[in-house]
Amino acid sequence: MIEPTTDVSRAIRIEGLSHSYGARQALRNLDLQIHTGEVFAFLGPNGGGKTTLFRVLSTLITCQQGEVSILGFDLRTHVNDVRRRIGVVFQAPSLDKKLTVAENIRHQAALYGVTGKTLRDRQQAMMEQLGIADRANERAETLSGGLRRRVELAKGMIHQPRLLLLDEPSTGLDPGARADLWRYLERLRDESGVTIVLTTHLLDEAERADRIAILDQGSIVALDQPDRLRASIGGDTITIETEDAEFLAAAIRKQFGVSAEVVGSRVRLEQTDAGTWVAKLAEAFSARVQSITLAKPTLEDVFIQKTGHRFWQEKENAA
Amino acid sequence: MTGSDGCVAAGSPWLAARTLCWREIVRFFRQRNRVIGALGQPILFWLLFGTGLSRSFRMSPNAENGQSFLEYYFPGTLVLILLFTAIFATISIIEDRREGFLQSVLVAPVPRWSMVLGKVLGGSLIALTQGIVFLLLAAVFQLTLGAQTAVLLVLLLFVAALALTSLGFVLAWRMESTQGFHAIMNLLLMPMWLLSGAFFPVPPLDGTIAWNEVALHWVMRINPVTYCVAGVRRLLYDDFALQGIWTPQLGTCWLVTGCFAGIMFAAACWIAGKRTTGDLL
Repeated sequence: MIEPTTDVSRAIRIEGLSHSYGARQALRNLDLQIHTGEVFAFLGPNGGGKTTLFRVLSTLITCQQGEVSILGFDLRTHVNDVRRRIGVVFQAPSLDKKLTVAENIRHQAALYGVTGKTLRDRQQAMMEQLGIADRANERAETLSGGLRRRVELAKGMIHQPRLLLLDEPSTGLDPGARADLWRYLERLRDESGVTIVLTTHLLDEAERADRIAILDQGSIVALDQPDRLRASIGGDTITIETEDAEFLAAAIRKQFGVSAEVVGSRVRLEQTDAGTWVAKLAEAFSARVQSITLAKPTLEDVFIQKTGHRFWQEKENAA
Repeated sequence: MTGSDGCVAAGSPWLAARTLCWREIVRFFRQRNRVIGALGQPILFWLLFGTGLSRSFRMSPNAENGQSFLEYYFPGTLVLILLFTAIFATISIIEDRREGFLQSVLVAPVPRWSMVLGKVLGGSLIALTQGIVFLLLAAVFQLTLGAQTAVLLVLLLFVAALALTSLGFVLAWRMESTQGFHAIMNLLLMPMWLLSGAFFPVPPLDGTIAWNEVALHWVMRINPVTYCVAGVRRLLYDDFALQGIWTPQLGTCWLVTGCFAGIMFAAACWIAGKRTTGDLL
């Protein structure tokens, strides 16, 4: 028997986790620790391994290789102990559309053994907190996407888990609903000390997390606080639009002896005194430069620096 | 065992089964087309076939029991109602999976058998309710049942419903689409019902019958649904009315139906207990 660890500073401990679907390896030897009471985001493009990792952590699929412990319980040997203590909000809506909001919450509560007065008190408090109390008797099928997500949150939190897992929680939400969601999550963390672990493909969403792990092709390529990740980039980012990026990059390297990368159809440089560099480059290659932008580093820059390729195009399409 | 936290949810398998069962029933009655489909079609069949075929239907030449086809076909229709409802109830597993509801059940701290029990029990109770509604139609031909027989009949229908719903669950669990289930229904479930003595009697083995009828006899005899139908028939009609129809003894019917339900339920729990990539749909 493995007793739960008394070390409360680790909500999740992952050691050497690998997972594959047949020949395709989705997760490669991950090592990671998530602290209690933090908001932690797994950021990465689709196919990066986020969903597989989420499925392992939410106990939907078994851990193939490596060790994972959640809230001090080994995922392989104590799956039920883990399940009792975590709340899971899936990306695909898990509401029964034919049931009312209150019924959906009640059924979920029963699965976790929450009944009677405890249930009634919690349900009422939670529905009020999430602003769905006046919809209690409406069927889930009549609700908007934002309201449904709130009911999902109520379902996931009804048994008062110490750890809340959310898969792409902002998908399908308008900016207002997204802001509401984040206010709620931050309150959970601050007032109840709940550890929140989420996956996202939205860079601006990951910015709000306390710490981020960037996943690419099944590996963690970066792991830190968002501002420290951005600071890890040498300076500001200069991006130049031009007809022939390869040629310009080579010319810059030759003339100034600095590193200039081609990313997509653009040339990209990182420099500390970027303002001076913009002037220098614009003057030296005025015939070739179509536009030149100077920006503070973003998480996308971190991603590009770590992986050598752009985050993805879908960033713009994401709802 | 408690973790570092004070308050830990403790799932109870029975509570989970009860809540899932109740959900099944509420869902069913909120989808009016399902109520109509599962009850309407068998009644329509019963009236159409019962009336249309009554002239060409004849018991063995020597029997003078005077049973009409409407009467003969009644137990079979009852089992067909159970079968249809069981099918619709288990098809909803595929919807639960596609719509995402199942995921939240799969990660809850309850064993898989309690999920199966909830689903199967819910489906069976719905089927039983519909069966009882149809049973009231028996008043049409002045069939009166004693209280004890009525109780036994309801119990037998319930066990048969458990068996059929569990069978449906086993078939539906791995399915990714409801279309696939329709194929199974036409290839397996409807033939099982047709070859159960519901629609035509089991050919008796009296030495004068052709080899193909012998084959049919044995196919029908190893079909467990035959015993559900026969059990209902024995409880509804007396020996005189059953003259000339090969009907197993009531004890055998109970035994086979009970085993059928037990084995199918165990199979449903077994298949649901295996975590597959199908859980991720």
